[in-house]
Amino acid sequence: MDTIERTLLEQVAELHEVPEGAYNIRANGQSAARNTTANIDIVNKTDLPGIDIIIKPGTKNESVHIPVLISQTGLKEVVYNDFYIGDDCDVTIVAGCGIHNCGDQTSQHDGVHRFFVGKNAKVKYVERHYADGDGNGQRVMNPESVVELDEGSYMEMETTQIKGVNSTDRKTSAKLADKATLIVREKIMTHGTQFAKTDFTVDLNGKDSSANVISRSVAKDHSRQEFFSRINGNNACSGHTECDAIIMGEAHVTAVPEITANSIDASLIHEAAIGKIAGEQLIKLMTLGLTEQEAEEQIVNGFLK
Amino acid sequence: MLELQNISFRVDTPEQSKEILKDISLKINDRFVAITGPNGGGKSTLAKVIAGIIKPTSGRILLDGEDITDLSITERARKGISFAFQQPVRFKGLTVRDLITLAAGKPIGVSEACDYLSEVGLCAKDYINREVNASLSGGELKRIEIAMIIARGTKLSVFDEPEAGIDLWSFSNLIQVFEKMHEKINGSILIISHQERILNIADKIIVLAGGQLQAVGTREEVLPHLLAGTGSVCSVLTDKL
Repeated sequence: MDTIERTLLEQVAELHEVPEGAYNIRANGQSAARNTTANIDIVNKTDLPGIDIIIKPGTKNESVHIPVLISQTGLKEVVYNDFYIGDDCDVTIVAGCGIHNCGDQTSQHDGVHRFFVGKNAKVKYVERHYADGDGNGQRVMNPESVVELDEGSYMEMETTQIKGVNSTDRKTSAKLADKATLIVREKIMTHGTQFAKTDFTVDLNGKDSSANVISRSVAKDHSRQEFFSRINGNNACSGHTECDAIIMGEAHVTAVPEITANSIDASLIHEAAIGKIAGEQLIKLMTLGLTEQEAEEQIVNGFLK
Repeated sequence: MLELQNISFRVDTPEQSKEILKDISLKINDRFVAITGPNGGGKSTLAKVIAGIIKPTSGRILLDGEDITDLSITERARKGISFAFQQPVRFKGLTVRDLITLAAGKPIGVSEACDYLSEVGLCAKDYINREVNASLSGGELKRIEIAMIIARGTKLSVFDEPEAGIDLWSFSNLIQVFEKMHEKINGSILIISHQERILNIADKIIVLAGGQLQAVGTREEVLPHLLAGTGSVCSVLTDKL
């Protein structure tokens, strides 16, 4: 692994070296390293680019890292990864994509992740997107996640895109069975002329299923963001979606929360707020000795923390 | 020492011109100075002029002999002026610890941050990692605001009605906080207040009404007039007391 790849790995997976446990590192379209464990198997797909990650039922406290690194300009790829998480598991999955593009051509990674979460299993999914490079080449990521949560299962998705991605179109859809729970926490910061779109569709099909979709974002400069969140309550269930955005400079933000109740026992809430940093917040921090710019950074960092 | 020389502040609208502060000259070198007077009398405006949030229309402000009239909020803060807002600001995402650390101006340990919170009567471990958002009550926010000023420990601390929004039960604790601060602070405390118990511990009391100084003196000189309601100063104020 070279220095650029190491930096990307650190940014997307907070890893300094190859991780413990199961992992698959994909670098510039190739599988660069892989490790499987007694409970977690990783196999190449035969029909499509990508891998199947199979986690045995009852696997506890194990983790899988599947970072994707791209440092080659002009590389475009679509990868399909499927996660089969057995009943009663308790596992952490860390995915992420780092693009370093110094060239003039577009580098693009589109990942389709499907999660089949077994009964009473618990999954924490962490995904970070990061890009850098001083070339004119675009850095594009379009992730798609499809989630099926079986009875009593629990999934927490934490997705972060803080820097450097020119364009992103994220789609997430989830179907929840009885007593299943989905928590989504999304953090996005765009600057320059970047564009980020996220689109959530959650079907609360099961009795006593619940979902909480929370997005916090900061749009700076001339960047644009669009946030769509649809929650369909098809049974006795509870759903909450919240979008909170700070707008700065000449940025544009659209937030469209949508809730549909198809059952008399569905309880659904949506909230959306867009606003600039309050002047009094800046003043307060300036009275503590921060400059206006430092105050702004603190407020933004805190908001996205 | 803080010195105000002929400070005036006027707001001009197309309809009218309103003088909020009229030719205020003051020297503040006592340890504990209270500013009191009726609502709308210019107290908060004066505090904001000192902190640099409002630029006076005319007049000069000197801190230890240095003219700070044209300095920004940040520069004044760094020279040693702290300002506790009447209505503290909420921050989504920033924790109590973050704010205390920013106030201290250097990385501080959890135990040090907790000490500041304990000073204002907050059980530190319950608060240190709380977000300074809408989940905190007005009273809690006020205490955190005061803890930040203690953490800064600057030579001039300005408090704008620290008692506002604090329930009576918590109020006596707050008085103790100021009594304690009075004992150990190295610089000056300037506090805007309507509360007799705060005026009672002041070395100097300033009465501001209609944008003008009505009285400046020791509490022995000023307080009896205020409480008796004899002066033309403000029946409003005595009503409050």
